[in-house]
Amino acid sequence: MADAGGAVPLLRVGGLKRYFDVSAPLLNRVLERQPRLTLRAVDGVDFAIGRGETFSIVGESGCGKSTVARLIVGLYRPTGGSIAFDGVDMARLRTRRELAQVRRRQQMIFQDPYASLNPRWRVRDIIAEPIRAFRLIDGNAAILERVGELLRHVGLAPADGEKYPHEFSGGQRQRISIARALASKPEFLVCDEPTSALDVSVQAQILNLMKDLQREFKLTYLFISHNLAVVYHISDKVAVMYLGRIAEVAPTRTLFSRPRHPYTRMLLDTIPDLDMTGRQRTPVAGEVPNPINPPSGCSFHPRCPFAADRCRAERPEPIPLADGALVACHGVEEGRLPEDVRPLKAVS
Amino acid sequence: MSAMDHPTVILPRETRPRANQPLLQVENLVVEFPTRRGVLRAIDDVSFHIDPGEVLGVVGESGAGKSLTGASIIGLLEPPGRIAGGRIFLDGSRIDDLPPEKLRRIRGKQIGAIFQDPLTSLNPLYSVGRQLVETITTHLDMNQAEARRRAIDLLAEVGIPAPERRIDHYPHQFSGGMRQRVVIALALCANPRLIIADEPTTALDVSIQAQIIALLKRLCRDHGTAVMLITHDMGVIAETADRVAVMYAGRIAEVGPVRQVIKHALHPYTVGLMGSIPSVGVDRARLAQIDGAMPRLNAIPEGCAFNPRCPKVFDRCRVERPDLIPQGPTAVSCWLYDRKEARRG
Ligand SMILES: Nc1ncnc2c1ncn2[C@@H]1O[C@H](COP(=O)(O)OP(=O)(O)OP(=O)(O)O)[C@@H](O)[C@H]1O
Ligand SMILES: Nc1ncnc2c1ncn2[C@@H]1O[C@H](COP(=O)(O)OP(=O)(O)OP(=O)(O)O)[C@@H](O)[C@H]1O
Ligand code: SF4
Ligand code: SF4
Ligand SMILES: [Mg+2]
Ligand SMILES: [Mg+2]
Repeated sequence: MADAGGAVPLLRVGGLKRYFDVSAPLLNRVLERQPRLTLRAVDGVDFAIGRGETFSIVGESGCGKSTVARLIVGLYRPTGGSIAFDGVDMARLRTRRELAQVRRRQQMIFQDPYASLNPRWRVRDIIAEPIRAFRLIDGNAAILERVGELLRHVGLAPADGEKYPHEFSGGQRQRISIARALASKPEFLVCDEPTSALDVSVQAQILNLMKDLQREFKLTYLFISHNLAVVYHISDKVAVMYLGRIAEVAPTRTLFSRPRHPYTRMLLDTIPDLDMTGRQRTPVAGEVPNPINPPSGCSFHPRCPFAADRCRAERPEPIPLADGALVACHGVEEGRLPEDVRPLKAVS
Repeated sequence: MSAMDHPTVILPRETRPRANQPLLQVENLVVEFPTRRGVLRAIDDVSFHIDPGEVLGVVGESGAGKSLTGASIIGLLEPPGRIAGGRIFLDGSRIDDLPPEKLRRIRGKQIGAIFQDPLTSLNPLYSVGRQLVETITTHLDMNQAEARRRAIDLLAEVGIPAPERRIDHYPHQFSGGMRQRVVIALALCANPRLIIADEPTTALDVSIQAQIIALLKRLCRDHGTAVMLITHDMGVIAETADRVAVMYAGRIAEVGPVRQVIKHALHPYTVGLMGSIPSVGVDRARLAQIDGAMPRLNAIPEGCAFNPRCPKVFDRCRVERPDLIPQGPTAVSCWLYDRKEARRG
């Protein structure tokens, strides 16, 4: 695990939960006798991210990835559980000053570079906003200088600060979002599908930039994506989420070469075969169930080829394995699943 | 005078000899948008063909002209966009200059369409059964009961469980992946010869994507339907297509057998594109990167449109625009493959 050797991880979440009330309005509920409905978007999630690490969360649409991201940067309040940043429990921070001090060190990059930039602001003001909000630099000239430096870091020119977001392409706008995220000199970046809206050639530019910046500024990333090849490329460690819970967490190469959880195995089967080895993808049956009314026991059991009686009755808890993987599956615990070893190609 | 004496006289439309001809032939297609600041050329001299039963993949980055090419073929180009040049043949008959009414009939009967968002193809107010039956009775000689039978069979074929019951459900009662299956069933209603699928899996989850791709492949094999599969996703192409056309800035950069193009790309843009795709099991510190961005329509460079980003650019590329040059089974629009250059080089 990231915190082996006793070092405090940069981020640790424990038993993290976020429920949403999705009931019909009160009047309808009374008139039509509808019950209250709770959607368990995140339902007890534990993980730790070590300093300088890239930790990724993968999973199908609606499994709760973005909700975890939003909880961590404080855009949502947890329904339960804890978030500790650099050893400090976020719930303990009472004063605005204390909170601001931690928030400066964490920033978020969103999927949609179009929606996340204010169209009426010049790029220089968008990037300067965190500098001003956290009062990091005094004086306009010094702020502008810093903005120019940030633009250069992300491969744009200082003169681009005078322009408006619509004058840039999608990839350039994502560079602007990254420059803004870097403005407060954070240590920790939460990146929610930062390249999903981009073309592959532009995605390559952004992923390369993110790796360069990580090295240069010793950044720690929480990276969210549904693209397994991107996750393989960028991550040190990967968590697979299913219906608000973590099915499996493991170091990247372990997860891709020795998937344990049946859902992880299924996800790996969906990776398109660009090598054209003639391997046929085995399409899996069934779709992600409704999180308002999740299946009993292990929520993956309706789609799982290894489901047994216990799986329908009892919810599996994460169990640590010898090679650093953490797997929540009765079948794995009972040792009744066949090994699934997938050779990775030679390091090139 | 009988038609037999003067066959050319009674053929009012341009037709081609029938033996061994491609199902779809697009020749020198040009699509333009008139704007206040002049005419924008979005598709610039695009030619390709699709054989019966073949899957042609069309890839390229956003704005390359993939959807406009598909829309031109099915006659769904939205004004002010217009076909400003070239010809399109389906089964040897010219279809790009047909009156809208005739084209609409061909669209339902001979060409099926599947789009990224299944909701654009489905009417939320009607049950899926009603929409299927209506399409079937419009194009095939069947009564209501026969059409309903066929609709149920089609739903079963695309993998909708309990189709006898599901046929009376409304679109909102299906999940995204199921809706896309219904749209595929709708596109198959009249046994079309060609399906144009524009990003049919982009909005779907990876596990559902794999199901839809497997379905399309099977249908093609079983019915001999040809497919033009438009997508950003090289992985989908690798698994599904027989041949692939790579588009860049409104032109075809490279077209050829899928294996050839993916494993031995010739055009510098395709080479860059393939290198930029991360792949599971391949450890690389950095991905190959094509610097810069595809030009906007109002700023397409002189000569080869890729020249400002091309690592192999030379003088000729900046003045002369390359057309597709055959290279074995592939064709490439790049001066590197011109015989004159080979002799010179
Ligand atoms: N503000 C909210 N109110 C009610 N339900 C919500 C809210 N935000 C998220 N949800 C629900 O919580 C679940 C998890 O959503 P979340 O956005 O975290 O998923 P995700 O894994 O990021 O999916 P995607 O890959 O589609 O972005 C979904 O069922 C979603 O509909
Ligand atoms: N109504 C319009 N007016 C002006 N330009 C247009 C119009 N519709 C499309 N275009 C332009 O035509 C070009 C090709 O568009 P097209 O939709 O075919 O791209 P695409 O390859 O399908 O891209 P994507 O992958 O984003 O769907 C783009 O540059 C686009 O901006
Ligand atoms: S707990 Fe049971 S149903 Fe769930 S993934 Fe493991 S074997 Fe399958
Ligand atoms: S024609 Fe010239 S600029 Fe264009 S792709 Fe070929 S080498 Fe590059
Ligand atoms: Mg999300
Ligand atoms: Mg398109």
